Parts: sequence; structure tokens; C-alpha cells
Amino acid sequence: MNWTGRVADTFRRHPTLWPLSAMVAILLWNVLFTPGFATLEVRGGRLYGALVDILQNGAPVMLLAVGMTLVIALAGIDLSVGSVMALAGTVAALAMTGHGQPAWAAVAAALGAAMAVGAFNGAMVTGVGLQPIVATLVVLVAGRGIAQALTNDQKVRFEAPAFEFLGNGSLLGLPVPIFIAAGAALVAAVALRKTVLGLYIEAIGGSARAARLAGLPVHSVRMLVYTFCAMCAGLAGLIATAKIKQADVANCGLYLELDAILAVVIGGTSFAGGRPYLAGALSGAVIMRTLTMMLLMHNIPTEQTLIVKAVVAMAVCLVQTAAAARAAGRLLGRERYA
Amino acid sequence: MKIPRKHIPLLASAAVYAALYAAASVRYADQNFLAPQVFLNFLRGSAVLGVIAVGETLVILSGGIDLAVGAVMSLSSIVIGVLVMECGWPPALAIPAAVALGGALGLGMGAIIHFSDLKPFIVTLAGMFFARGLGFIIHLESISIEHPAYARITGLGLPLGGGYTLPMTAVIFLAVVLIGLYVLRYTSFGRNVYALGGNEEAAVLMGLPVGRTKMAVYALGGLCSGLAGAVLTFDQSSGNHGAGVGMELDAIAAVVVGGTLLVGGVGSLFGTCIGVLTIGLIRECITNYEGTLSSGLVSVVIGGLLLAFVLLQRLLVRRARE
Repeated sequence: MNWTGRVADTFRRHPTLWPLSAMVAILLWNVLFTPGFATLEVRGGRLYGALVDILQNGAPVMLLAVGMTLVIALAGIDLSVGSVMALAGTVAALAMTGHGQPAWAAVAAALGAAMAVGAFNGAMVTGVGLQPIVATLVVLVAGRGIAQALTNDQKVRFEAPAFEFLGNGSLLGLPVPIFIAAGAALVAAVALRKTVLGLYIEAIGGSARAARLAGLPVHSVRMLVYTFCAMCAGLAGLIATAKIKQADVANCGLYLELDAILAVVIGGTSFAGGRPYLAGALSGAVIMRTLTMMLLMHNIPTEQTLIVKAVVAMAVCLVQTAAAARAAGRLLGRERYA
Repeated sequence: MKIPRKHIPLLASAAVYAALYAAASVRYADQNFLAPQVFLNFLRGSAVLGVIAVGETLVILSGGIDLAVGAVMSLSSIVIGVLVMECGWPPALAIPAAVALGGALGLGMGAIIHFSDLKPFIVTLAGMFFARGLGFIIHLESISIEHPAYARITGLGLPLGGGYTLPMTAVIFLAVVLIGLYVLRYTSFGRNVYALGGNEEAAVLMGLPVGRTKMAVYALGGLCSGLAGAVLTFDQSSGNHGAGVGMELDAIAAVVVGGTLLVGGVGSLFGTCIGVLTIGLIRECITNYEGTLSSGLVSVVIGGLLLAFVLLQRLLVRRARE
């Protein structure tokens, strides 16, 4: 076997190498061609630079991607994450301004609300048997609706240094959001690799019927995963809200479900379920954030970046299909591999 | 008298609509709620959603789902706005162009769904963001339309006698419904749609043109969304980015409330009309009659209504199996 064959073989056996190399490539491209991209400097005991910015601003999408990886691994989908972000931010802001609660109580209330929504999603999917797409689409629209009704469509400003720490503070020289995202990713990774939960998730995603017949706790696992996904979204909402010091009901988390799904799909987790690739999803989130930043640097309005993301999403999905594998096999004149 | 089981969801939605209308007419009795003109205004207010819901009904009957309807509608309204106001096209050319663009986007999504075997929701979700992004690229801001022809069109209506007129947009809504009813009932394409939604494998084995039907269904969905964009410009005299946000939920809710099963194969356009009117009634009552400023409450109520009807359907389907 020549060396190209060996490289191809390694990539086939470790699918996470694809998104990882894509991430390295896009970062390298920026290091080479974007002036000032690679510079890191320490000001006031904190690290600054484009790379830190990507991680800090990418933290919400990373959090969403972590939760979404588990949901998609169960052959489900959660469209409601963006609205859950808005709802969590609103609950926190209202708790602090309207009810005079301290920051920790506001955080607890917001995460409680987010997890309640997640439990609702889970109950609709596993208890009632709704298609995940329909159940979470209802929450996508109604969740933001609840936030709008709570605030009468107004932005809620607040002054709470302890709460703003979640979005703008720094720890050990790095922005706090990075630690929150890393923490959530660590919890998910340990659950997937070191506990029986990971095995259950892969089994249920592979075949829910077989898992049920084998006596696995299908309902509880689904409830847990949808609740965890919503909790990640709640954390992302807290970060986004703390960063701008106001709960922006109309825009917080808007369209971010696309970024999250795209990050997961780029990471190699297939909609067929059963195979979560957490590291791939995190690389996917970094790629998405870098892509957004590059488009912003060329003064392209955020709204217009949607079309680029939609095309990338479709292309990545198409590449992963069996039809594409057959076409590639024909093109290369080799036997089909999938 | 025994009621056939398949009519229960439809009867339930008709009963819900009648009950809501009765309750509203009692509550707003002082505002002359039972006057025929009020109902005609409901028809007019529901026209945009109605046209979209006809396309969504076709897609859901075929066993798919189209999440791009709201985005394609806004895109179409923006395209009409730009063609009329900035390129100087007459509306008679701009509107067909925008409707055709909607149809082309739908056809593209249908082709991807058919040839790649990707799930409809992921393809149409990407299509939704594609259409939104395209709209923002064509024109970053919403655009208001001022054209003499538009002033004439919006003033038009079908005289019904007794001094009542059916507004232009309501005429379009009813015409689309009638065409849809004819296509679903009396053409082989309509039968193929039901067969495809009932059991795709069986449809393939029966030798039905499954691929062609699937693509046509999404193309028709796109055409309806494009036409809804035109209706929107008649209504608001503007091409609007914000108008279609959340519209996909309203459309799916209208279809489901009208008794169409989300798994496909069972349902009717007549039911969808009742669903559209129910949602229009709820929206109108909350925003206009109750005077609530927040639009959030409407989406919460419509989401709740959708869930209630899906639960009812599951109950019936489960009973039927037992």
C-alpha cells in the first residue's frame, strides 16, 4: 500500500480527522492571509487576539453543538435551541430587574426554565411519540413567543457585574465562556465514553426498537438527552445575554439552530443516528465561527451569511449520503466504500 | 348514525372553529362581530397563510414537510418589490417572475430530496435559510412598493351583492383552494400524492411515478409560497423580510388542525381551509380585539393548538390500530 492509500485508510478509520483537518486548514489559511490573525497579546492579565475571539464568540455555538450532537445521535433533532437561548436570557434578566434576585438565583431560574423546556421536548418526543421535528418546531416558535409575552417585546437591560462575568469575565487569562463550553463538552464526553449512557445513546440511535426490546431505558435516556441539550442552550443564552448586558428577545439565538446543526453535521455525526462525534462537532463549531468572522471582516452583513451557511450545510449533507459515495466510487473507478 | 373514523379530525376542527367563532361573537357582541363584512375581512386576513397552506397540504399529504414556505414567501415579496421599484418592471411581469422563482426553489429542494434520500426537513430547513439569505442579498432592507397598478389591484374586489365585496386577496385564496381541490380529487397526480404519502414503497411497487410526483409536490409548494408573496405585497404594499418568520409553524398548524395526518396519505384541502380560518380567527382576536401588543402570545396559542390536534390524531390512529 503506498502512502496515499495509507492516509486514505487512516481517514476512513478515524472520521473525526475530516473536520479536524478542515479546522486546521481554515485556521492556517487565516494565519497566512489575514493580517494580525495569529497575534496574541496579554493586556491586564488577559489574553487577547483573533483566536481567543473565535473561541469566546464561538462558545454559544459550541454549547449548542455539544447538546445537539447527543440529540442527533439519538436520531432526533432539536430546532428549539435558539429560542431556548432567548428564553433563558429573558428569565435571567427579568429575575434580576423585576424581582431583584441575585445573579446566582437568576442563573438557576434561567437554567431551570431551559431544562423544563427540554423536558417538555423530551416528553413530546418519547412519551407522546411526536416527530422530533414537529415537537421542537412548536417550541422554536412558541418558546420565543413566551419570551416576547414576558417582556412585551421589549429589550431588558440590567446592571449586574456578577452576572456579566459569565459573558465578559476572564479566568486564568482566558474568557469565561470558553470554560463554560469546555465544561459542558467534558461532561458530555465523559458520559459518552466512560459511562453506560454512551452505550445506551449509540444503541437507541442505531435502532430504538432493538434497544427497547433489549430492555434499555429508552424513555429515560431520551428525556435526559433532550433536557441536557436544552440546558446547554440555556447556558449559551446566559453567555449571550451577559455579553451585551441586556436580554434581546428578538435577536438572541436567532437562526443559531442552523449553526449548531451544521457544526454537528460537519463533525461527521449522521442524521441516521447512533454515532456521536463530539470532537468533530466542536471543530465544526470553530469552523462555523471562523467562517462567520471571515464573512464579517469582508463587511458582509450577518443576514447574508445565511446563504453561505445553507449551501455549506447542503453540500456537507450531500457528501455524506450513500448516493454521493456511489457517484464518487464510479468516478474514481474503485469499488464502492461506505 | 355512525360517523366514519376518518372524518373525526375534520369534524373536530370544524367544531373548534364554530365554538371559537361563537365565543368571539358573544365576547365582542358590541363590535358587531356577526356582520358578514367581519367574516369577509377574516378571509382577506387569512389569504397569505391560506395560499401557503394549500402548498403545505400537498407536501404533507405526500409524506414530506416543507419548512421553507415562510422564507420563500418573504423572498418572493422582496423580489417583486425590487423588480417593480428598482428595475422598473410592470407588476404584470414581476409577479410571475417571483412566483416562478418560488417554484424553481421548490423544484430544486424536491430534486435534492428525491435523488439524495436526505430527509425532507433537513433539505427544506437549509432551503429556508438559503431563501432568507438570498432575500437579504437581493435587498438588505424591506422595500415599500408604490405603483399605480398596485393601487388599482388592492382596490379591486368581487361584488357579492347586498353591498358586500370579496376583497381581491380573498379571491386569490379561494381560487387557489378550488384549483387544489380539483387537482387532488380529479387528476391522477392527486391520487399519486395520496398513494405516495400512504406508503411510498407500495407506490414504487405499483409503478407510480414516485420521483416525478415528489419533485412536483415541492415545486407546487414553492409556487404557492411565491404566490403568497405576491398576495403579501397586495396586502402590505411592501416586500417584507420579517413577514414570513414563524410562518412555517402557522402553515403546518393549519394543515394539521384541518385533519391532515402528519405522516401523510390522509387529509383534505377543505380541512386545511378550516385550519387556516381557525388560526386567522385566533390571531385576529388576540391582536386586534383583545388589543395585546405582543405577537408572542399568538405563537404560543397556535403552538398549543397544533400540539392538541396532533395528540388527538395520535389517539385516533392508535385506536384504529387496536
